[in-house]
Amino acid sequence: MKVVVLVKQVPDTETSIKLGDKSINEAGIKWIISPYDEFAIEEGIKIREKNGGEVIAVTVGPDRTQEALRTAYAMGVDNAVHIKVDNYNTFDTAFTSELLSNFIQSISPDLVISGRQSIDTDSSQVGVQVAERLGWGHVSLALKLELNGSNAKITREVEGGTAVVEAALPLVITAQKGLNEPRYPSLKGIMTAKKKPITSKTIADLGNPESKVEITSLEPPSARIAGRKLEAADADGFAQVLVKALREEAKVI
Amino acid sequence: MANVLVVGEIKDGALKKISKEVTSTGKKIASQLGGQVEVLLIGEGADKFASELSAVGADKVITVNLADFNPEAYANIIAGVAKEKGSSFIILPHTGQGKDYSPRVAVKLGAGIVADVVELKVDGGNVIARKPIYSGKAFANIQINTGVKVFTIRPNSQEVGSTAGAGAIEASSQTAGDVKTKIASTELSGGNKVQLTEASIIVSGGRGLKGPENFPMLQELCDTIGAALGASRAAVDAGWISHSHQVGQTGKTVSPNCYIACGISGSIQHMAGMGSSKYIVAINKDGDAPIFKVATFGVVADLFEVVPAVTKEFKKVLG
Repeated sequence: MKVVVLVKQVPDTETSIKLGDKSINEAGIKWIISPYDEFAIEEGIKIREKNGGEVIAVTVGPDRTQEALRTAYAMGVDNAVHIKVDNYNTFDTAFTSELLSNFIQSISPDLVISGRQSIDTDSSQVGVQVAERLGWGHVSLALKLELNGSNAKITREVEGGTAVVEAALPLVITAQKGLNEPRYPSLKGIMTAKKKPITSKTIADLGNPESKVEITSLEPPSARIAGRKLEAADADGFAQVLVKALREEAKVI
Repeated sequence: MANVLVVGEIKDGALKKISKEVTSTGKKIASQLGGQVEVLLIGEGADKFASELSAVGADKVITVNLADFNPEAYANIIAGVAKEKGSSFIILPHTGQGKDYSPRVAVKLGAGIVADVVELKVDGGNVIARKPIYSGKAFANIQINTGVKVFTIRPNSQEVGSTAGAGAIEASSQTAGDVKTKIASTELSGGNKVQLTEASIIVSGGRGLKGPENFPMLQELCDTIGAALGASRAAVDAGWISHSHQVGQTGKTVSPNCYIACGISGSIQHMAGMGSSKYIVAINKDGDAPIFKVATFGVVADLFEVVPAVTKEFKKVLG
C-alpha cells in the first residue's frame, strides 16, 4: 500500500499576525503542521503499520515548509517531498492542487489523505481538487477508514449524523477530527528526522501551472460593535436586562 | 454581459436559508455586471421553490430532479449547466455539501476559486472576494484571474434583499453521470434540527457547564428561542457532548446573528469559530475571561442561576 499524505505548514493559532500590503510579515511567526493534516499523517502511518508499504508526505511552499516535513518524518513517514514555491500564494488552491496532482500522478499511490481544511485559509479545497484532477473518487470528513484489498469503507460526517461510504482504490480521503489520535514525535524520531533526505521538486518539474487567484489587499478585522458588561442585582435582574437588550437593542430574538 | 450561476440547497423538503442568501448576492453582482442570475436547484420537487427564489432575485430557476446527494454527481450537473449557460461567475454555498462538490466544479471548469467568502464586490468587470483568514485575525481581498470564476459563500454572511427576478423555471437535462463512491448507510444522530453552521441563534456551553448533565439546561433555552446548541472544545474533549456540536478551530465555523456563550472562557481557537457572529453574549462568573473582550453583552454571574432565569424570562415575553 502506497499512501501519500498532503501536509500544509501554517502559522500557529496563538501567533500574532502582522499584515504587509499583500502578504503577512513572517518574522517571529511560529509555524506548525495544520492540525487536520496531523490526522492525515497518523492515518497514513497506521495503514503502513498494518498493511506494509510506504507513506510519503508532500508539501508545497518556500524553504521553511521543509520543517513540516521533518516533523512528519519524526512522526514516522517513510519519504518526504518538498514542492518548492517561493512567494507561495496560500489562497491559490487550484494552483496548489495542480502541482500536487501532477506529482501524485508520477508515483501512482493507492490512497491520498489530506486534512479536511487548513486552519489558515479554511478553504476545504485542495484534497478534493486533487481527486478531481486525478479522476479519482473522494470521501470528505472521514471519521473511520477500513481497507479491504482494493476496497475502502469510510465512516464520514454528514449534516446531522454519519454515513458509511464504499469506494474502490485509488481514492482521496480528507480527515476530520476523530479519525485517530495523532502520535507525538519521539525524541529519537526527531533526531533521525534531521538526517533524512527530502526530495525537492520545482514548479517547472510539475507542468508549470499558472497562478489563478491574486491577493489585492490584506486588512485587519473591522471593529466589533462596542460591548459592555450588563449590571443587575441578581440572576432574575440579569435575565431581564439581557432579554431586553437582545430584543429591543440588538433585535435578534 | 456576464451571467451569474448560483447553486441553492434543499433539505428535508424545504429551501435552505443559504439558498436565498446566495441568490440575493448573485442578483446584486449580476445587476452590477449587466447580466442575469440563474439559480440551480438539485433535488426532488425543486420547481416548487421557484417563487421563493424569484422573490429574492432569481431571473431563472434551473431544476434537476435527483434524490440523493453525491458530490461527484452534483459537480457533474453544476459544471454541465455552467458550460451550457456560459456562466462566468459561479456562486456556491460553503456548506457541508458545497465544500464537498465545489472543488470538483472549479477543476472541471478550469477555474480559480475563492472559498469561504463573506463579501463579494464588483470592481470594474471583475469581482473582489473578501474572506476571513488566520482565525479571523485578518481579512484577505482576492480576485480570480481565470475566465470562469468560482466562489463559495459562508452561510449567514449575506443580507437577503428584496429585489425580485423574473423567476422562469427551466428543467435541465444534465444528469448525475458516473460516480465512484456509494453511500451504504446513513445514521442520523438526532442532534440540532437547524444546522449549527446555518443557525441564526446559537447557545453554546463550555467547561463552566461542569458536566454532561447540565446541557439539557442549555437545550431548554435553545428550544425556547429557536437556537441551535453548540459547545467548546473543552466540553467536547471531556466527552460531555458530541463533536458535531463543537464550535471553533477543530470544530465548526459559525456566524449567527446572536451567539450566547455560557461558561466559555474564549480561547483564540474558540473565537476563530464564532468571532464573526453579529452579537455575542457571554455568561461567565470570571469577569476577566477573554470572551468578554468580544462580547456585545457581558453577564458576570453564575450561569447555573442566570441561564434558567433567562429561559424563564424569554418564555414570559415570547408567550
